[in-house]
Amino acid sequence: MSKIVKLKKGFDIKLVGKANQELADFAPAQTFAIKPTDFVGLQRPKVLVNEGDTVKAGTPIMFDKAMDQVIYASPVSGEVVEIKRGEKRKLLEIKILADQTISHEDLGKADVASLDRDALAAKIAGSGIWPNIIQRPYGVVANPTDIPKAIFVSGFDTNPLAADYGFTLKGEDKYFQAGIDALAKLTSGKVHLNLDGASTPPAVFANVKNAEINKFSGPHPAGNVGIQIHHLDPINKGEIAWTVNPYGVVQIGKLLLEGIYDASKIIAITGSEVTKAAYVKTFSGACVSTFTKGNLNSGHVRVVSGNVLSGEKISLDGFVGFYHNQITVIPEGDYEEFLGWLKPTTTKLSFSKALGIFSFLHKGEFKVDTNTHGEERPFVVSGVFEKVLPMDILPTYLFKAIVSEDFDEMEELGLYEIIEEDVALCEFVDPSKNDLQELVRNGIELLMYS
Amino acid sequence: MKALQNLFDKLKPNFEKGGKWEKFYTLYEGHRTIAFAPDLTTKAKGAQIKDAVDLKRVMITVVIAMIPALLFGILNVGYQHFLAVGEEATFVDKALFGAMAVLPTLIVSYAVGLLTEFTFCVIRNHPISEGYLVSGMLIALVMPPFIPLWQVALATIFAVVIGKEVFGGTGMNILNVAMTARAFLYFAYPAQISGDQVWTYLSDATAVDGFSGATALSVAYNAGVEGTQTAVEALNAHNASIGGDFSFMNMFMGWIPGSIGETSTLMALVGAVILIGTGVASWKIIVSGFAGAYIMGAILNLLAVNEYMALPPQYHWVMGGMAFGLVFMATDPVSAAQTETGKWIYGMLIGVLTVIIRVTNPAYPEGIMLAVLFMNVFAPLIDYYVVKANKTRRLQRATV
Repeated sequence: MSKIVKLKKGFDIKLVGKANQELADFAPAQTFAIKPTDFVGLQRPKVLVNEGDTVKAGTPIMFDKAMDQVIYASPVSGEVVEIKRGEKRKLLEIKILADQTISHEDLGKADVASLDRDALAAKIAGSGIWPNIIQRPYGVVANPTDIPKAIFVSGFDTNPLAADYGFTLKGEDKYFQAGIDALAKLTSGKVHLNLDGASTPPAVFANVKNAEINKFSGPHPAGNVGIQIHHLDPINKGEIAWTVNPYGVVQIGKLLLEGIYDASKIIAITGSEVTKAAYVKTFSGACVSTFTKGNLNSGHVRVVSGNVLSGEKISLDGFVGFYHNQITVIPEGDYEEFLGWLKPTTTKLSFSKALGIFSFLHKGEFKVDTNTHGEERPFVVSGVFEKVLPMDILPTYLFKAIVSEDFDEMEELGLYEIIEEDVALCEFVDPSKNDLQELVRNGIELLMYS
Repeated sequence: MKALQNLFDKLKPNFEKGGKWEKFYTLYEGHRTIAFAPDLTTKAKGAQIKDAVDLKRVMITVVIAMIPALLFGILNVGYQHFLAVGEEATFVDKALFGAMAVLPTLIVSYAVGLLTEFTFCVIRNHPISEGYLVSGMLIALVMPPFIPLWQVALATIFAVVIGKEVFGGTGMNILNVAMTARAFLYFAYPAQISGDQVWTYLSDATAVDGFSGATALSVAYNAGVEGTQTAVEALNAHNASIGGDFSFMNMFMGWIPGSIGETSTLMALVGAVILIGTGVASWKIIVSGFAGAYIMGAILNLLAVNEYMALPPQYHWVMGGMAFGLVFMATDPVSAAQTETGKWIYGMLIGVLTVIIRVTNPAYPEGIMLAVLFMNVFAPLIDYYVVKANKTRRLQRATV
């Protein structure tokens, strides 16, 4: 049964710098990187290439010794130019200098109908596409030998300045359908495709078969797959569900229909500090320098891979994260403001209406910098998190259970149902400025590894 | 502003590790962040932007919501004085007289409280929290107008140390800090905070004939004991000859004797509008508190064996500190119930208990103070069951 879910809780953050629906003609990115730190739950990465090796798109680059059937592959063809390690030889980045024209490894076409489930899983796992499949609970790369009770795909993104799948996946209908067909085979239950109930679905999702289509409407985080799972088929202790982002679904489709790992992606270049906010066609893990060079309004900026709620700061010549399909450039906020906590303002974005914050009078979009607007404090105000988390979960109690490392409480209060991105809004609105996403990850790690 | 920033920068080395005042770093940091919102930025991973609101904004919003009650309190202290001594006085006279009574209390409350708080921050080396901005104002507003200042100081120290700091500071306390201060005085020095003599200051003058310093609550209580007239009649007759009767309207407006900030229901409601409008306080607690008081009043009406029990329930809203307590004390997020369902129960029970204590207990004419403290203690229990219900829902889901 398809469901229609209307959510009321949440908060839409409207920022300056939404990408225009056009492909910009930025110089193409030269280098691409695989960052092991992008893959949550990756335990012991083992690199399969050396500096100087030439690779094709789809050539295995590394794998996790803890789950060795899952291959992490090169997004482009070219030469491995650097394997960057940090403290204690921690693997940080594997950089690949791309060829002018990309050549692909031939991974072999396949017909979903003729493959059995395990062979299909093995095929995807060996192609480099598998890390797109995420396991809930915990939000880690899924294990191909598990059989999930359902697979969830969110067909819209409500995060600030998020890319529009209707634009970025235009014309990929055939591959998307093939991907859905493959996913349907991997689960014992259903594949859920969750769409925005407030607008007409983009062509790529409109006629999808073999999946349950659900509609969600409401403010952010309505587009977060974790929230959707909670309302469709919540995860209880001992259960496993998988989530896949739409890019991953398309890539699986391409693998089956074309026999290649196509890591090409249209990503959105957004934020108040880019002169030209637009989309650009590139590959997974692209270096952002060519997209930002000459395209910045000011010098003192922060480049974020992903959105401003759950993204990650990268340098001006950093690389887009594996799971990200946008970069956001916002001003750094490392300044002191005289009586900043007291001054009336309409230009600062706030969920609250406390003294002098008249942001609700502000029409249109906000320009927001990285200032925290206050220092860290114990939890004092109650009832705020509850207003932005549309789940039957008591966030404050869950956070306190994590702080006190109370395993039973964490389980009972619903830590299996959330990952970082689901509490990103809580972290944004928290007047006590706690790092709640980090806290949730710490809690999940406690549950996973002890 | 650059000059001030430079001054702070110049002083900074002294407070940093190895500097001569390194122990007092928290004081330096506290003052700097009051003058300037800090230059902290978000971490590399996680939310890259943060909401413009912080605890300082939240707390100052509460302080602003209390200002109408404070200003009215100042005026009313003067009004009550001139009423008692039977003199005509201008608005300015009343305000000046009231200010002379109220401001020292306010100053002592803030000065002593902040000093205590700073001392603890330095000893414990934790950041100065803004919680006392609210507590300092609240403590002053719940005191009788001419309470000896040393008692204010003592109560403040007790409340900050025993009520808050021993639990770990702001955010960790179990009891409302200001109510703790008042309860301390109530039990330690009852002569200066209860009875008929402490609410109106006569100075050297003598009261006019027919004046009584009793509060509305004790008038109503006595009506119940004597039983010669209804409580409403007794209230209307009180001080009627000098124009200071306890009509519903007078009590609603706040032209009655009482603690500095508590008398005016109207001003408490103005505060409530600010607090609810800004989303700082829980409307659920306030609404259910008033509802609880009304329901309990109505139940007592049905049982009425004396005149006080027969008092129309809405009178409970405007007498004593009911409105003030519900709006500013019960809603303290730290000591109140923290679950949304819990807030309904918590507020409701405060209202119910307040009326029960008022009507049935001869020792405590005002019930809101003890009701709030009592429910502060029980709030975690209410939350415990609400949280348990949430867990059970999750468990039941697993079996179906």
